Amino acid sequence: MSDTPNLGFVRDEPIPPSPPPVQQAGAVKWVRENLFSNWINSILTILSIYFVAKIILASTPWMWNGVWTTSSLRECREVLQGTSGACWSVLTERWNQMLFGFQYPVEAYWRPTLAFVLLLVCIAPVLFQKLPRKMLIFSAIYPFLAFWLIWGGTLLTPVIVGLSLIAGYMAFVKTERLIGFATGLLSGVVAVALVLYLGSFVTAALSGFIALEPVASRDMGGFMLNLILGTVCVSLSIPLGIVLALGRQSNMPIIKGICVVFIEFIRGVPLITLLFVANVVLSYFFPPGTNLDLILRVIIMITLFSAAYIAEVIRGGLAALPRGQYEAADSLGLDYPQAMRLIILPQALKISIPGIVNVAVGLFKDTTLVSVISMFDLVGMIRGPISSSTAWTGIYWELYLFAILLFFVVCYGISQYSQWLERQLRTDHH
Amino acid sequence: MSSTTHTEASKFSLSMLINDTRYRSTTFQVIALIGLIFAMGYLVSNLLSNLADAGLNISWRFFGETAGYDINQMPIEYNNQMSHGRASMVGAVNTLIVAFLACVSATVLGVIAGVLRLSNNWVVSKLMAIYVEAFRNVPVLIWILIIFLVMSNVLPQPREFRGDAAASAMWFDMIAFTNRGVYVPRMIMGDLSWLVVATFVLSIAGVFAFRRYARNLLFNTGRLIPTLLPSIGIFIIPTVLVYFILGSPIGLESPELKGFNFKGGLHLRLSLIALWFALAIYTGAFIAENVRAGIQAISHGQTEAAAALGMRPGRIMSLIILPQALRVIVPPLISQYLNITKNSSLAIAVGYMDITGTLGGITLNQTGRAIECILVLMLFYLVISLSISAIMNVYNNAMKLKER
Amino acid sequence: MSEAQMKVSDEIAISIENMNKWYGTFHVLRDINLDVQRGERIVICGPSGSGKSTLIRCINALEEHQKGSITVDGTLLSSDVKNIDKVRSEVGMCFQHFNLFPHLTILENCTLAPIWVRKTPKKEAEETAMHFLEKVKIPEQADKYPGQLSGGQQQRVAIARSLCMKPRIMLFDEPTSALDPEMIKEVLDTMIELAEDGMTMLCVTHEMGFARQVANRVIFMDAGQIVEQNEPEEFFNNPQSDRTKLFLSQILGH
Repeated sequence: MSDTPNLGFVRDEPIPPSPPPVQQAGAVKWVRENLFSNWINSILTILSIYFVAKIILASTPWMWNGVWTTSSLRECREVLQGTSGACWSVLTERWNQMLFGFQYPVEAYWRPTLAFVLLLVCIAPVLFQKLPRKMLIFSAIYPFLAFWLIWGGTLLTPVIVGLSLIAGYMAFVKTERLIGFATGLLSGVVAVALVLYLGSFVTAALSGFIALEPVASRDMGGFMLNLILGTVCVSLSIPLGIVLALGRQSNMPIIKGICVVFIEFIRGVPLITLLFVANVVLSYFFPPGTNLDLILRVIIMITLFSAAYIAEVIRGGLAALPRGQYEAADSLGLDYPQAMRLIILPQALKISIPGIVNVAVGLFKDTTLVSVISMFDLVGMIRGPISSSTAWTGIYWELYLFAILLFFVVCYGISQYSQWLERQLRTDHH
Repeated sequence: MSSTTHTEASKFSLSMLINDTRYRSTTFQVIALIGLIFAMGYLVSNLLSNLADAGLNISWRFFGETAGYDINQMPIEYNNQMSHGRASMVGAVNTLIVAFLACVSATVLGVIAGVLRLSNNWVVSKLMAIYVEAFRNVPVLIWILIIFLVMSNVLPQPREFRGDAAASAMWFDMIAFTNRGVYVPRMIMGDLSWLVVATFVLSIAGVFAFRRYARNLLFNTGRLIPTLLPSIGIFIIPTVLVYFILGSPIGLESPELKGFNFKGGLHLRLSLIALWFALAIYTGAFIAENVRAGIQAISHGQTEAAAALGMRPGRIMSLIILPQALRVIVPPLISQYLNITKNSSLAIAVGYMDITGTLGGITLNQTGRAIECILVLMLFYLVISLSISAIMNVYNNAMKLKER
Repeated sequence: MSEAQMKVSDEIAISIENMNKWYGTFHVLRDINLDVQRGERIVICGPSGSGKSTLIRCINALEEHQKGSITVDGTLLSSDVKNIDKVRSEVGMCFQHFNLFPHLTILENCTLAPIWVRKTPKKEAEETAMHFLEKVKIPEQADKYPGQLSGGQQQRVAIARSLCMKPRIMLFDEPTSALDPEMIKEVLDTMIELAEDGMTMLCVTHEMGFARQVANRVIFMDAGQIVEQNEPEEFFNNPQSDRTKLFLSQILGH
């Protein structure tokens, strides 16, 4: 029929791309759309800008007019003559006490500083998979190096402990290959104990060998104490948390019961009660006559606290693994320890890292609670020696702003890393 | 082939304890249990010998002994001749009060901040982001201390309210913010005041009933009646009417400046206010993140489908997004309430006498009964935590999406 | 009958007698009696929920049975862990969702079990792995990760991984059900080659063309019981039971 339209069509040449129409007045348009799109938004915008402006106008002159060089609050006020200004001199005079505590020997400040810098080098390959794996060797050495730097004493002590762990590991591997997992574990523990026992004689004899001036635990304080507590407790609690998580999701009712009771108990009480235990009660549970340093007791309790939370995170990671992974491992004939070690835990831990990092940040903030049991961490230093010194009574904003800055930088940095990591894991080729 | 059935008992041998799957787990558990018993036994024996050396023992009688110390914030009747047990109860009530106040305000603050964070007003959303990040990344103890110090330094002293040319004035002549605390009017319940309270409670029920009626009306007849103004009316009018009809049975005792201090009214000490505000603002930041994550977790396809059906944004939010978002928001919200309760134990840092300050503080120091006090203290928090977790489980089970 | 279908010996590889299994009170496998000869290829089909996957998972003890007996290669499957381990190292399994280990390379996936279960030295394990990867025709992917491979390639790696343990029996649990249509053929070709080499195979699948070409026996299961079994031609052309007829009409219809 002649009046049906011709349906066939073939395009000869593709249409080249062309630029969009020019926007009229780009910036003004954006402001209008985003900030003043309706009357509620307009009111909110004006209120927010007013609020922010008020804060900035009040605080900036105060900060700018700061006095940096006096040696007491009274002198600050004399210099300022009644104008508003910050007395930053308290920071110039006391920054080292706030960072290191007031009893740490000044000539030894380089040691914890070096340990901190090396800490960053140590955890870099753990956090960022793209870095060369050889750096992990340094990460393994770091704990011993850091212990020696911070606490001092002969280099032999950390070396012996390190050797004992290596001996234990080798004994474990060899025996496990030949006999089985349980005997391997036993022989590993025996090897560690043996080397430690023999080594204790060596260190006692050679206590001056490549030694740094020993510093007692009770002399540590300031922000350094928060960092030490945070890193040590989180690192120690991860293996314990793994064991608790595996126990909690096992089929054996007694093991599961023990783990559930422990985890729910720890998560149900505030950290401060556990610190009270460390302070007053924990020494009752050790054999009569042992006298553990307060910082060690605190480390024990904070580690138990952190392990319970990390166990919950890892439990979530284990649950997120598809069931097929367990089945594939079983069908290949791997037994429980092998399946856990080679297949399940590597994957579960990788999924759990953002959660573990969150727990770590929370724990780091919670280390300030030791100030309540009279340990002189950063907050303890501010409330204690500095605020009660005659030169600086009554000053608070400058000190707390410094503390806020320190904590904010560390915590915000860690949580930004965690968010970056979560984005990485989500776009992973799974 | 061989016709051994599964249930035929093969001869039992000792190696089966490890190799046989039926016995294996029992063997491990028995070993673990024995290990645990030995460990506990070792710890307890150390404990007993240390206690004996120190001349102490475990006894609970101190709870009945006279406390001998004053508590500054007393919601229930207390004086220093009452027992330690009574003092602990005062502390417990204080804990519950500050936890409740902080939970409510943190929720309100967090929901507002979370929703505003998602607004397309750039200034507002960035401001909320700064609030959230600033408060989440600094320890709560520092916030508590700062707010306390700021308030005690910045707020006026009570005597500055004196005189005609007073430096500071009370709000509405009823509320005074001073550096010793906030003074608010106390409600005096006269005769028949319970009628007013009852009417108030009934009017809340009435609002719900009215809304259910309006919804049924819509479903049955298709008529949509306005609900907002009538709800407000039902909420307010009956209570006000009954109040005036009965001749204003509820009085207000306002605080008055007598001498150097305010007398009368309700005195909320600065430590309570500081703790409350700090906990509310700090936890509000976390709640804001939960709310934001909850709303963003609802796939955009839901909004699109609802819009394609012709629904307007308000209805989309209340009928589609919010019910689903609540399912994601409520569990972490409840664990934030748990955190508030546990963080309230930091009261000891500003001198607020909650249970940690009374039982775990003064009572412990005075009587020296560390183990007993700490045990009871932990038990208190444990009971609250487990109750809150149980509520959360009930909620989760009720809200679970039914799947095949 | 194809050449593959002729290579069956008289030796019994798997013997299942009066096997029953319950999930709680649900009777999922009822009175299963089955003898599989060495070199035999069996295809098990049936509607979903009929228990066919459960059946083959009982054979390598991924699931436990409560009644009856299963004997694999002369080893009775009891609750003795040693017996279970022995059976699992002789029986290989391929899953519907491949279940490769995503954090290991293809080569590591294949060498893991030989190294840790059979204690084979690493070099030898790698040579065996490359041999089987060549057999499934993807030796060049050895250093990639599972996430970087297509579905069909992953399933072939899964087959190679099981073969590296040198099993005498292979179980397949719906190996092609999760694959895009264009990848099914490559996996089926691999399985056909395996059959032609004389492997004893039990295969749960819906691929009836595969059954026709390779199987010695087709078993139809429904509601936990073996309803009918026969040689493929007889089974497809002359189904005896009504349930078989209904099932065949549903899957062969479209």
